[in-house]
Amino acid sequence: MKRKNKKRVPYCNKLHIFDTYSKNPSATPMFKKFASLQWKSFFRSSALGKSLGVKVLMGFFAVYMLVSLALLGASLFFLLQKTVPETDPLLVVNRFLLYWILAELFLRYFMQKLPVMDIRPFLILPVKKSSIAHYVLARSTVSIYNLLSLFFLVPFCTVLVMNGYPAPNVLFWFLGVVGITLSINYINFIINKSDKALIGVITVLLACYALDRFDVWPVTEYVGRLFYSLYENPFWVLLPLAVAALTYYINYAFLRNRIFLDAALRKNTRQVIAYDMEWTRRLGRIAPFLQLDLKLIWRNKRTKTQVFISLAMILYGLVFYTMEDFGPTSTMLVFVGIFMTGIFLMNFGQFIPAWDSEYYSMMMSQNIPLRTYLESKAVLIYVSIGAMFLLSIPYVYFGWEALAINFSCALYNLGVNVPIILFFGSMNKKRIDLTKSAIGNMQGAGAAQFLVGIPLFVVPLVIYFLVSFLVSFEMALILLSLIGTVGFALRKALLDKITKAYQRKKYGMVAGFKEKNS
Amino acid sequence: MISVQNLTKKYGAQTVLNIGHLEIPKGQSFGLVGNNGAGKTTFFSLLLDLIQPTEGHVVSNDIRVDQSEAWKPFTSSFIDESFLIGYLTPEEYFYFIGELRGQNKADVDALLATYEDFFHGEILGQRKYLRDLSKGNQKKAGIVASFIGNPEIIILDEPFANLDPTTQIRLKGIIKDLAARQGVTVLVSSHDLIHVTEVCERIVVLNKGEIVRDIQTSAETLKELETFFAGKSSSMAE
Repeated sequence: MKRKNKKRVPYCNKLHIFDTYSKNPSATPMFKKFASLQWKSFFRSSALGKSLGVKVLMGFFAVYMLVSLALLGASLFFLLQKTVPETDPLLVVNRFLLYWILAELFLRYFMQKLPVMDIRPFLILPVKKSSIAHYVLARSTVSIYNLLSLFFLVPFCTVLVMNGYPAPNVLFWFLGVVGITLSINYINFIINKSDKALIGVITVLLACYALDRFDVWPVTEYVGRLFYSLYENPFWVLLPLAVAALTYYINYAFLRNRIFLDAALRKNTRQVIAYDMEWTRRLGRIAPFLQLDLKLIWRNKRTKTQVFISLAMILYGLVFYTMEDFGPTSTMLVFVGIFMTGIFLMNFGQFIPAWDSEYYSMMMSQNIPLRTYLESKAVLIYVSIGAMFLLSIPYVYFGWEALAINFSCALYNLGVNVPIILFFGSMNKKRIDLTKSAIGNMQGAGAAQFLVGIPLFVVPLVIYFLVSFLVSFEMALILLSLIGTVGFALRKALLDKITKAYQRKKYGMVAGFKEKNS
Repeated sequence: MISVQNLTKKYGAQTVLNIGHLEIPKGQSFGLVGNNGAGKTTFFSLLLDLIQPTEGHVVSNDIRVDQSEAWKPFTSSFIDESFLIGYLTPEEYFYFIGELRGQNKADVDALLATYEDFFHGEILGQRKYLRDLSKGNQKKAGIVASFIGNPEIIILDEPFANLDPTTQIRLKGIIKDLAARQGVTVLVSSHDLIHVTEVCERIVVLNKGEIVRDIQTSAETLKELETFFAGKSSSMAE
């Protein structure tokens, strides 16, 4: 009853804003008003009304990222001077510009979307469609993705000038790269989530790398020179700027003619294929739930992205295994093992059962035994741990210890961390909107998500550290595996206990998952 | 079939539902009417054990709903769109519900075939996710899903809202048939007095959480209800 009041707030704001708009339909102040509207929508968004802890943490990450980018920008010149002393650092940077462009296209494909849906309310107001189109595009120009590269470029260029590079040339190079960034920005919208374009980008990326790596044709060498000419000959700077302007115009022309509810502003509803997934039937009574979970993961943006992130995280170990500082039996590598084999366990598991929050009251009144429901989630995570372990087998290249560590970590995850994460799930009360993107999305995160990290990581690390220090590396791994095996053997009893916890918290969950603005 | 004793629900100091005694026999088509905030959805949520009663309890078929889950196999419901799984197609959703209720695909298909009229060609074979259907069509899917698996109690909150006239008329036929011929206890809430009087044998009026009328539907019922709610609006105006 009380909650209804909360939801009404943004609605009132909108009405209020409409009022101010209808009074002044002229074009130029319009833009300013659009911008102020944007500002309000950010500061009044429910995301900002999140609990303080989450806000602080997100702010911390944002600052951390910006500072690291700026530091990288400032130090890259000297780093390159040291590592490749015989080549001009700017030339080296230019060589890798191509990879940066392709990688950015790849990332933006997943993360960035033209915010066309927000302009629906303006259709019925006396606002020119052309100014709406310009506004949407201009807004994307100042998006965080474009600002990120500035955070890197500005310090880098400053350092260049301080080290005797002629300022006008650096400026032109800077403008050229900004032009490229903007072009990427607009090209991404033209591509507009086409899978074919994504595959194209990946193919070009891999092809360039392969050509380079196996000395077939020096792509970076060649492309580097091309970008370097931006610096040498300021005339070339016109090209990226022209491309940016052209792509802007293409987007504009496209949008301008499609600002109708049934064209650009409609959510894409693709034809879908219904699957019956007969093969899951062999799993017996958990089959319907497993099918549901697989569809959940595959058909929703946030979960789908998380699968890709999880798979990519298998490379995380390379960071540590290639560092000489860690011996082959360092505790850090156990952390890596738990992390790599348990990445899906953490990403997906920590939000059980909030993934089903949109229809949780149905699940609770339908003929569903809670235990079977949880069992199917557990099986899904078991499978993910197995798959991640198989993917981690190539680490055996760094020695048999790597394989042994990952294996015992996988066992530990199976037996201990699965029940732990499921148990912590019973504390979830925050709704998750499945259609929102995964990256930087803290929706559904609460204190439980941060607390759960402690038992997941700290306990196995301490066990390993102590035993390997006091007894031996082998003993420590055997102990971890043994604990995992025992936990796995006791999984039925543990699941019973967890089910009870979920039953106790049922009403709170039902109520919490209904709250949209959490 | 359903028996309620001294059931209250309070949020803080505010009492949103207070029912002294209510018996709903098997096979009755039971209508619940009342203005916004009268406690209709609260009552249904208590029947489904989705919220915890402050006092008292609901007994369904001799099972206390807040203590056992044994009422679930014979009870089905459609309260709102949050009962749908947005990322499934209607067919997948029906089969999923069917599986939960021990019905195989053929059983579900046979049942769905009898509702072809009701679907009006807009639900099955659309190759769309439920989240992409219109509100009315989502509702149709949810309502029919609640008929799967031969439930003995069907709870529908505001089933007529958002439906087009043709579908409303068909739904009325379906509900009457379920109660009269198949002995299903159907609980329906509505703001539309005409629909409820047409469909339900018995109508209970809730006002601010309390039962103020309990009527066996007759020819005069609609008049009586209209007088009641009209009186409320004039008394509110004062």
